[in-house]
Parts: sequence; C-alpha cells; structure tokens
Amino acid sequence: MTLTVLYFAWLRERIGAPRDTLETSATTVAELVAELRAVDERYALAFSDLASIRVALDQELSEFDAPLAGVREVAFFPPMTGG
Amino acid sequence: MAIRVQADPFDYGGECASFAAEAEGAGAVVSFCGLVRDNDGTLRGMEIEHYPGMTERALAAIEAQARARWDLADVLVVHRYGAMAPGDMIMMVATASRHRADAFAAAEFLMDYLKSRAPFWKKEHSAQGTDWVAAKAEDEDALNRW
Repeated sequence: MTLTVLYFAWLRERIGAPRDTLETSATTVAELVAELRAVDERYALAFSDLASIRVALDQELSEFDAPLAGVREVAFFPPMTGG
Repeated sequence: MAIRVQADPFDYGGECASFAAEAEGAGAVVSFCGLVRDNDGTLRGMEIEHYPGMTERALAAIEAQARARWDLADVLVVHRYGAMAPGDMIMMVATASRHRADAFAAAEFLMDYLKSRAPFWKKEHSAQGTDWVAAKAEDEDALNRW
C-alpha cells in the first residue's frame, strides 16, 4: 500500500520534510509509527512522545489504533492551536 | 455561509457590515475577532501554519454542528495563515440569528472548536527565540461544556 504521510509544525521541523510517500504493510496507525521510528534518529525523536501528537486519516482526526485499510493520506501534527 | 482560509488580511468592520446586511431574517449578529497577542512586550511576530484541505473540511464540520444546534441565519469564519505582526487580526467569526442567545452561544461554540479542532499551529518569534505555541488543557476542557 502506498501512503502519503504529512507532517506539520514541530513534527515537520524535527523530521526535516513536510511529507513522505512510502510503501508500507502497516495495518494500523500505531504500526506505521513503529515503521517511521525505525527510519532514523530524526523520526525516532519526532515520534518519541505520542501523547503530544495527533493523527488525521484522509483529513479526518483519528486515533493511533485506527486501521489504515483504504487510507491514502496520513497526517501527524501537534495538538492544534487555532483561533 | 462562508468559510475562508487566507493569507491576506481582512477588513473586520467591512466583513461585519456586509454579513449583517445579508443575514436575511436575522435580528442579531455576534462577531468575534482574534488578534496576535503580545504577552510581555517581546513578541516580534507570529507564523501560522495550516493543513490545506483538512482546514476547510474541519471548519465546515464545526459550522455544520453549530447550525444543527442553534437556529442560525448565517455563519462566517475567516482564518488567516502565514506571517503576522503583534496586534494583527488572525481570524474572525460572525453568527446571525433571529434572537441574540443563539448567535452568542454559536459564536462561543465555534471559537471553542476552532481552537482545538481546526488544524492550525502558531509559532511565535520573540526576543527569547522561536517557539511553537502549546495547546492549553483548558482549551480542550472548554469543549466539554458543549
């Protein structure tokens, strides 16, 4: 499965890129995070504290235990600060 | 109804006036405008990042919830992204309803949800350096009152 993975705010800065396109066999967000952590030190650091990260699947807020079946775009970002 | 996500500044007074003029059947308009706040006189500027696509969807979903809960004649949300200076207008909401209670409540609801459910992130540049603004627990708690 090919996924577009987006990063925003300090996650984008820590990873050093706004997006990745990757082939993955991850079936849940948590499995995808485990794969990303293994990429290198920057990813491991960016994903070190999941309590401070939110995830959206195809632009809808979701959870780390959510399945990835049918999903095309995953986004990781810190808690939002709009308004 | 209108939702606008833009880099350009907006004319708050002009937006409120045309919103009120076009709100058919309304007897009340409530508006709110959020500014770049300088907490201690050291802020040089702010940058707002957003998630194009999800931002518009999230704002539309928040507006739909407000319309389902209150009797609203119209809703306007304008939110900027990009670079801003202290005191600049970041965003505004306006609500129109037959009676003022619905317009007041819906405006507060929209603001509470916009703060923690619309994908915007603020970064402050100050004399001390550069820092992402952290979400506050009270902003998340504010959602529980609805």
